[in-house]
Amino acid sequence: MSMTPMQRTLAALGHGEPDRVPLFLLLTVHGARELGLSIEAYFSCAENVIEGQLRLHRKYRTDCLYAFYYAAIEVEAWGGSTLFTEDGPPLCAGPTIRSPAQIDSLQAPAIADAPGLGRVLDTIRGLKAQVGDTVPIIGVAISPFSLPVMQMGFDRYLDLIFDQPARFERLMAANIEFTVEWANAQLAAGATAICYFDPVSSTTSIPRELYLSTGMDVARRVLPRIKGPTATHMASGRVMPILGDIADTGTAIVGVSALEDLAELKAAAHGRVSLLGNLNGIEMRRWTPAQAEFAVRQAIAKAGRGGGFLLGENHGEVPYLVPDEVLLAISAAAERWGRYPLDWVEVWQK
Amino acid sequence: MNDQVRAFRALLESLDRVGAENAVSQALASLTPIQVIDQIVVPALEEIGRAWESGEVALSQVYMSGRICEELVEAVLPPSDPDRKHQPRSAIVTLSDFHMMGKRIVYSHMRASGFELFDYGRMDVDELVDRVLADRIRVLMISVLMLPSALKVAEVCRRLKQAGIVVRVIVGGAPFLFDENLWREVGADAMGRNAAEAVTLVSGWMQEMEA
Repeated sequence: MSMTPMQRTLAALGHGEPDRVPLFLLLTVHGARELGLSIEAYFSCAENVIEGQLRLHRKYRTDCLYAFYYAAIEVEAWGGSTLFTEDGPPLCAGPTIRSPAQIDSLQAPAIADAPGLGRVLDTIRGLKAQVGDTVPIIGVAISPFSLPVMQMGFDRYLDLIFDQPARFERLMAANIEFTVEWANAQLAAGATAICYFDPVSSTTSIPRELYLSTGMDVARRVLPRIKGPTATHMASGRVMPILGDIADTGTAIVGVSALEDLAELKAAAHGRVSLLGNLNGIEMRRWTPAQAEFAVRQAIAKAGRGGGFLLGENHGEVPYLVPDEVLLAISAAAERWGRYPLDWVEVWQK
Repeated sequence: MNDQVRAFRALLESLDRVGAENAVSQALASLTPIQVIDQIVVPALEEIGRAWESGEVALSQVYMSGRICEELVEAVLPPSDPDRKHQPRSAIVTLSDFHMMGKRIVYSHMRASGFELFDYGRMDVDELVDRVLADRIRVLMISVLMLPSALKVAEVCRRLKQAGIVVRVIVGGAPFLFDENLWREVGADAMGRNAAEAVTLVSGWMQEMEA
């Protein structure tokens, strides 16, 4: 008997084998294409995103709905602005913290005062009204530790971490209050889980020793206050040296990079966290259907056995330039090769 | 890697600015500033770049290493020093998107290696092409983070070729690391997998151009 996406996902997260590997293609801007709208027009209205997500869910037979708009929407709440483009994710148009001294008087904005965040909450409510508890609805909160890359620029943020620890802590305190409020508002609106984007914590960005005293410390102050399950996503950054540490923060899922081997990650996860990934979203733009099928089979062969695995791309957002044919090929391959008990794997790997 | 380079790399990776400064001071007792750069600073940064690529060190260490070396080299080889490498004229830019970190790192590495170059900040295609032509740039370094920005490099290369000037273009950034064919697709002359590799490639071009 076929499972609902929610049943399938919960079984996988319980480290059991559902009917097939859940497909978590995290699609955002593709909704604009479905509705024939510009990306800016698409994100201007919750009804568009609700309709876009439902169409994408049906078209690609995904196992989740993704309420994420774009990362800069959180910075809009802090007074920032967003630059829309024709063919990619909206970008944060510049830092809101131009001098470290601004941090001394920084206050977390109220969620209710941010129109963009309000549209996201309306989207979650609309999706929940449509699917109830049959399909997981994924909300997004940028980690307080990673948000400053947009708030002040990555280089200035690193300077702050190394040169001004007191101000760094002051910034974290303000950001933590914001992130907790924002994540809980999405859960209250009907989100099933929160994807906690934290690329600065990745070992691509900082060494493990620094992660333990910064990003991990922040995650431990945030995640227990979020009233629902979380997935920690490194937005294509590496995690292998800190996978156990991330599991210790209490998160349920880790989004992993195409730069690391999925079989090694699965072994290292050791049933403590589930993995989401790790199809290469950049290469995906020029895949043939056969290449898409091969990539899906390879990922499932490496990480599908025993559950604890959600198939998706590795960045947390499929690029707009990935064509429909590739996404359809991924969907078809997940349906064909993701059926448990995956008894084709041994023969195929030989 | 000799002991001096190994020791200097360790100081950089542990962000020991004072230790790195002392190491350079000691080396200057027997070497000229440009020798210190070429024999110790650049090889150490190259090692750190390779280690980042394989996941052994993090971007924060690459960034801070570049920053420390840039400051040290600035002190021993100021911009006006005749040993600074000014030619052929080169520039660095973040194309289209707002992620400036990659450019900042490569700029530091270039200056820490004794080069002087234009820092164009962030530009879109039109502004960049106009500026490259006006400044008579021969080597252009383009940094991006987003895939749509990476694809815009093709337009830059096409327009420069159309203008009939020879500019060598090197690209770098996440999209090129995740898709190894992308730099060729957009018409660049090379990609730098890490900052130090970009510096090495550009150094080679500069020697060819000066020959």
